[in-house]
Amino acid sequence: MTAITAGASAARAGAAKEEPVFYVADEHEHADGGSTLLGFWLYLMSDCLVFAVLFATYGVLGGSFAAGPSPKDLFDLPLVALNTSMLLFSSITYGFAVLEMQKNRVQPMLMWLVITGLFGAAFLGIELYEFTHMILEGATPQRSAFLSSFFTLVGTHGLHVTFGIIWMITLITQVRMFGLTDANKRRLLCLSMFWHFLDVVWIGVFTFVYLMGVLR
Amino acid sequence: MFENFDLQKAIFGRLTLESLPFHEPILVVTFLGVLIGGAAVVGAITYFKLWGYLWHEWFTSVDHKRIGVMYIVLGLVMLLRGFADAIMMRAQQAIAFNGSEGYLPAHHFDQIFTAHGVIMIFFVAMPLVTGLMNFVVPLQIGARDVAFPFLNNFSFWMTVSGAVLVMASLFVGEFARTGWLAYPPLSNYAYSPDVGVDYYIWALQIAGVGTLLSGVNLIATIVKMRAPGMSLMKMPIFTWTSLCTNILIVAAFPVLTGVLVLLSLDRYVGMNFFTNDFGGNPMMYVNLIWIWGHPEVYILVLPAFGVFSEVTATFSGKRLFGYTSMVYATVVITILSYLVWLHHFFTMGSGASVNSFFGITTMIISIPTGAKLFNWLFTMYRGRIRFEVPMMWTVAFMLTFVIGGMTGVLLAVPPADFVLHNSLFLIAHFHNVIIGGVVFGMFAGITYWFPKAMGFKLDPFWGKMSFWFWVVGFYFAFMPLYVLGLMGITRRLRVFDDPSLQIWFIIAAFGAFLIALGIGSFLVQIVVSIKNREKLRDTTGDPWNARTLEWSTSSPPPVYNFAFTPVVYDHDAWWDMKAHGYKRPLSGFKPIHMPKNTGAGIILAGLALVTGFALIWYIWWLAAVGFIALIATAIGHTFNYNRSFNIPTQQIAETELERTQLLQSAGA
Repeated sequence: MTAITAGASAARAGAAKEEPVFYVADEHEHADGGSTLLGFWLYLMSDCLVFAVLFATYGVLGGSFAAGPSPKDLFDLPLVALNTSMLLFSSITYGFAVLEMQKNRVQPMLMWLVITGLFGAAFLGIELYEFTHMILEGATPQRSAFLSSFFTLVGTHGLHVTFGIIWMITLITQVRMFGLTDANKRRLLCLSMFWHFLDVVWIGVFTFVYLMGVLR
Repeated sequence: MFENFDLQKAIFGRLTLESLPFHEPILVVTFLGVLIGGAAVVGAITYFKLWGYLWHEWFTSVDHKRIGVMYIVLGLVMLLRGFADAIMMRAQQAIAFNGSEGYLPAHHFDQIFTAHGVIMIFFVAMPLVTGLMNFVVPLQIGARDVAFPFLNNFSFWMTVSGAVLVMASLFVGEFARTGWLAYPPLSNYAYSPDVGVDYYIWALQIAGVGTLLSGVNLIATIVKMRAPGMSLMKMPIFTWTSLCTNILIVAAFPVLTGVLVLLSLDRYVGMNFFTNDFGGNPMMYVNLIWIWGHPEVYILVLPAFGVFSEVTATFSGKRLFGYTSMVYATVVITILSYLVWLHHFFTMGSGASVNSFFGITTMIISIPTGAKLFNWLFTMYRGRIRFEVPMMWTVAFMLTFVIGGMTGVLLAVPPADFVLHNSLFLIAHFHNVIIGGVVFGMFAGITYWFPKAMGFKLDPFWGKMSFWFWVVGFYFAFMPLYVLGLMGITRRLRVFDDPSLQIWFIIAAFGAFLIALGIGSFLVQIVVSIKNREKLRDTTGDPWNARTLEWSTSSPPPVYNFAFTPVVYDHDAWWDMKAHGYKRPLSGFKPIHMPKNTGAGIILAGLALVTGFALIWYIWWLAAVGFIALIATAIGHTFNYNRSFNIPTQQIAETELERTQLLQSAGA
């Protein structure tokens, strides 16, 4: 029970003697953006459901090769492991950026953000290389339902990373222009949640698509 | 390569002059009608110099009350379009016997039944529900706005953009001919290469963004912004049902977005999710779309249940019977609505075990729903019932919804469903629950909260006319469909061979005609009420002697809703305040922090509309330009840090003084 509710019940108990107070006479200023982190979290959960749909679709159609190539023929695990490490490192460096943010140190924070962005870009580069390689081998998204669902699941994650990087560049600009204001800190925390969320999704992709694909 | 370069295709995609349906007289006449009507509206707005007012006070407004009203206006306008489709179908089916082909060609008829379903669910029911929640919830929880006011404005305009795309399909190209859920393989490129399904996809995708964001917005609002003292179990029931509905929105709409993305990938780049060959599986689409689609019907009906709860308690002059059980019933329905989707296609052939599971979960939903009905009945029991128009809608709902619920339980039995699947029995069932539940609920809600929004009541005579035409018309229109369905007639048929069936279709068409009179009476009611607004004026802010917080402020409420944040001790907070002889504070005002209006929402939604239109017609350059402009504008908007202002004490004191004088004049 919050303090306010407790206070209300206390006031209620005393109602027999004195009338309860029905309004806040001495209201303090509410800070802007008090609901932003909750709202963003809710958005992330909805995004998570989009990925759930794509995972479910891959789960159902992932074995429909239509006499085309299968995961065993296509996936290059060492390359994917390297790619995974890029994304995992970028999450760690984002964590460092947030630590610097909490100490209000603008320059180190920006440096870690740039490093995070570079890791993200490296991840995207490797992913695009992998996609090009597969398409050149004839394993196009149109070849089979398995490849349609593979490219869509992994590609949607890649698209998210791309937008994350665009967002990061925007935030770097805004921090340089306006400093570590409350609004900017809030935005950095939202992007942080977004970035770690993409990491978690990727762990699902790596396990469910790549590792289990090669095992199957 | 340049000798093959087709300039017209590069600029206009597949949009040509032939895309305009000059060959269909019905459409040409409709188009002329819309053109003349549109010109009249635009002319009137220009003549009365209202553009500035509309832009500054409404279109760019971030005030949840105004956005709520705009949602409801959108819903009512689209109701006229959706109903026009309905009455055309009824007319066609009533005359297409004995060798007559009726007056609608197949190509047109198929678009009409698709458009009817899409419009009624996405652009009538959803805006009405969202509009009511937007208007009422912040007032009921004692808040001054929603958690994200700009997002709210943006959500509304995205819904409008979707509606505009559906309307555009009437005159530029065509709409889908697939039925309202666009099942593949029919909706896939191989069988529907035209723009119809693309209109469907992009209208729903754009409107879907709006719906999802407004869901996030209202959850955050209810969780974070309740007045002090309002614990979860002290929230008004309408707020509870809104919370559950918005949780359902956030948990269901991403699935719709996802599955439509997959369908567009099939259609635009030739992937094989739902194709018949290369490993595609159309039933995957049917499963996914119903994982969204079943929660969707509860998204619509839960707020209606909330309205009925408020109305019953108010007009019976009693506390709601079984508040706690009402809350639990709502939550149980919310959860169960995710465990029943497969009952929409028992005939898929998933086997006895799977079908039994989904049949049983479906039947279980009737238990919490039944509990709600008994709660309403016991609230009325020994109450002093005032049969004002909202209460009449509520009683009609209880009677009608029980019939719809029982045919629903009947359909939940898989063997019975195998016989009735896709028949007119099903059509009768879901119209029975959606009209009897959602539509009656929205009319009850609109009549109930109209004085709060506008400052005067709706004219009761025309309200009762509308009520009787609607209710009687509903029974005439849909009871014959139960009979036809039991005789085995399937849905979406354009012509019939058996002349003995015609009488039932004629009765149904007569019912649709009565409903038309009901809609007409509703429009007359609004005009008459505006004309007699001085006589219908609500000076007290509490015209129904109601129970919840929204009635504690003036009608219409000031921009800031409450000069002082209320403190809550009971779920009927305003009733509690009245019982304790609450005195309105008349001094000691402080400046109130409010969000600023912004045009960013309407601009972003306009760009989304352009992008969607370009994608439908394969105008790739415009799609690229539109999308980049969309992203750039969104980023540009984030550079605006100056989004709020303070309402000075002086202004608040003046507004409140006006209210004091109004209350005194009412008391004297």
